[in-house]
Amino acid sequence: MATLTKASRRDFLKIAGTSVGGLVIGFSWYSCDSPKMEVLSTDEILSQAKSFNSYLSISPTGDVVIYSPNPELGQNIKTSFPMVVAEELDADWEKVRVLQANLDTEKYDRQLTGGSGAMPHSWERLRKAGATAKFVLVAAAAKAWNVDASEITVEKGIISHKGSGKTGHFGEFVVEAATMTAPEEVTLKDKKDFKIIGTAVKNVDAKEMYTGKPMYGLDFYREGMLHAMIQRAPFGMKIKSVDDSAARGVSGVKDVVTFGTSVAVVGESTWPLMKAKKLLRIDYEPDGAVESTADHDRIFAELMANGKGEVKRKDGDFDAAIKNAAQVVTAEYQCPFVAHSPMEPENFFAHVQGDKVELIGPTQTPDRARQATAQLLGIPPENITVEITRLGGGFGRRLRADFVEEAVEVSRAMNAPVKVTWSREDELTGGAYRPAVRYRFEAGLDASGNMIAYKLRGVGMNAGNCTRENNFPSGAVENVLIESIEHKSSITTNAWRAPITNFLAYAEQSFLDEVALAAGKDPVQFRLDLLQQAKTSPVGGELGYDVDRMIGVVKAAAEKSNWGKDPNVKQGFSVYYSHRSYVAQVADIVMEGGSPVLKKVTAVTDCGMVVNPTGANHQVRGGIVDGMGHAMYGNLTFENGVPKQKNFDSYRLIRMKEVPEIDTHFLDTGFDPTGLGEPALPPTGGAIANAIFSATGRRLRSQPFIEQKEFSDIKLEIRRA
Amino acid sequence: MANFNLKINGKSHSVDVEDDTPLLWVLRDHLGLVGTKFSCGIAQCGACTVHINGNATFSCMTPVSSVGNSEVVTIEGLSERGDHPVQKAWEEVDVAQCGYCQSGQIMTAAALLKNNPNPSMEEIDNAMNRNICRCGTYHKIREAVALAAKTN
Repeated sequence: MATLTKASRRDFLKIAGTSVGGLVIGFSWYSCDSPKMEVLSTDEILSQAKSFNSYLSISPTGDVVIYSPNPELGQNIKTSFPMVVAEELDADWEKVRVLQANLDTEKYDRQLTGGSGAMPHSWERLRKAGATAKFVLVAAAAKAWNVDASEITVEKGIISHKGSGKTGHFGEFVVEAATMTAPEEVTLKDKKDFKIIGTAVKNVDAKEMYTGKPMYGLDFYREGMLHAMIQRAPFGMKIKSVDDSAARGVSGVKDVVTFGTSVAVVGESTWPLMKAKKLLRIDYEPDGAVESTADHDRIFAELMANGKGEVKRKDGDFDAAIKNAAQVVTAEYQCPFVAHSPMEPENFFAHVQGDKVELIGPTQTPDRARQATAQLLGIPPENITVEITRLGGGFGRRLRADFVEEAVEVSRAMNAPVKVTWSREDELTGGAYRPAVRYRFEAGLDASGNMIAYKLRGVGMNAGNCTRENNFPSGAVENVLIESIEHKSSITTNAWRAPITNFLAYAEQSFLDEVALAAGKDPVQFRLDLLQQAKTSPVGGELGYDVDRMIGVVKAAAEKSNWGKDPNVKQGFSVYYSHRSYVAQVADIVMEGGSPVLKKVTAVTDCGMVVNPTGANHQVRGGIVDGMGHAMYGNLTFENGVPKQKNFDSYRLIRMKEVPEIDTHFLDTGFDPTGLGEPALPPTGGAIANAIFSATGRRLRSQPFIEQKEFSDIKLEIRRA
Repeated sequence: MANFNLKINGKSHSVDVEDDTPLLWVLRDHLGLVGTKFSCGIAQCGACTVHINGNATFSCMTPVSSVGNSEVVTIEGLSERGDHPVQKAWEEVDVAQCGYCQSGQIMTAAALLKNNPNPSMEEIDNAMNRNICRCGTYHKIREAVALAAKTN
């Protein structure tokens, strides 16, 4: 049994009001075809419910309402968070309703979606929210029955006392329990007693999603609301002049508003604005560097050769060691900019009224939306409310507040409620991309094939630190030098699912494959030997990863994939630690008609305890499909500050027929759950590239794979077997 | 502006819009049927899929003036209680991640099964290849289509 003493006070504030956001529609768990059961609406339940803490209210009918504070973009947090609360409460999941909480920094900590960090951050506080409520419910029952609380048991929302034969549901005790003070310390369940956590609880929004109910930001509508679409300037340019006469002539266009480097067309519905936007005649002039992809390639070459690298890690003496190496392996890897491409394009609703603002829409960071608005208008953050809709994907794009600020600007200018909608062309050309990065690796081997020196030098375009200096193989090599060089580009960048590691892992794991083969070693054994080194005599300071957990997934992936057993299957191995989780992957390729065809990916994950196996499988498979699709096809190129790829006809996303079998496994290592929205993506590109090398002898050192000269003469494809 | 009488989900609707307005925006902005999604606007991703006379159609590239007397069915009208075999299979398999593309996926799958009640896995893949899922739920989609075919 575990006990807890620490918890943020803010997570245990009681919900004062029962305001439910306009878009939040209470979803009943009761199936439509059980008419005999009386079903209360969520509003009816809430009107009588007693609040126990920031997450939890229970009504006298025994219905349980759980608030999920973090934005839901497909990572399943709106289902998995409430599962944790319900577990410790010992609730009947059939009586649980889940509501998306609005932004409330008084009640919630870290109300954002990013970094795969929600579950590790909230695990204990969610458990405590359920456990403290159960404690006072039991105390209330004990008082009512005049029995000792320690003799009371709770199961599926029913409180029982065996000795007296008394039983009652939660609802019978909520009035009394809600007046009691929750304990500072509470006993949490032993994990082996979990009944909800670890089960495949279904998505709480399923019914609404599959019947087309309004839930996403783009679905939001309010009487009197205006629509806006915006033409943004090319990167590195500003507006010289605007001729909006033709745009204003389109029936349905109400106004044209210019702010900063943007021009907004405003009207009462979307389609006229799409037409009008194309009729804007805007002259731009340079306002900084107007860059093309050819410039980026030149900058990469210059900075890689001569740029002063910021040293991120230095163990031993790399320069001396490399001089004494029996063999040196060197390679450079490069990735392009890519867009986030959530299926729901960016959008937001804003209503500015004097010094008060109402914001509604899909954001990964509601507090950033509020802070950005406060700063833009010079008003206190408390004057701004943020209602979080369901997000039609995010991938990092919705960490930014640019689309929120646009809605605020137009609402202020029009003095009306406004929803800004981006088109797909806006999404692909409007910026905040995964940064383009180039890496140069150097490894020195001694006469026995041991890696004695390792150097990584990275150049990134607005990438910040483009290395992860404390990740493997740091700690496993005597002489390590890791440097990062930043180029300030006019192309805007942003976190993109598994920031930096989404490409670094591919480059590093491909390079380690090159080194293993140069050393004449099996790639799996090569990694295990290095990990053994890091375990027995770790080199240097801080290590970001747990060596044993990494060894665990490496061994399990080799076993589950039948590594090296079938001569007809060419395999590639990759393993990566990111966002507190460990994922090893093996890609299987067979040659068909002279072409390498990707047939299968095996993935072994250690994310600690799996909260919801369906959600976990989704995240691992989804991460792999994402990693695969972008490694194969993803590419944004620029001509004078404008992306050349403007929609899905030229910017290719992975489709059904291209997705091979994905075999997922999870190791139960006894650790508390860690995030899973990102960690499965980084290893994928390396596993595939290494398998392609194994099958063809051709090493892919740049993405996207299908555009590389290595495959100009034979077809490279991924598809179902 | 012109007046159009549309048959949508078994009911008659009258809208006053420009001829070239895509059916997608008539549904979303003028009729409040927002289950049909906007994503690419150029018939590349399938998020806007509806049925026109039973055929899966990209509503983002279908001008309202071309619809005429055709029967239009959207996700909201696929079943009265959300219990179409495809919808039930989607729930059973728990397909969605973000869910945004899923109404289009469901409409494509429902049209496939109407015309071909027992598709092979290859036929499922071919039919569903026109719909993009950025979250990568493709394995679940094909599993759900196969389940719907079995239970149809």
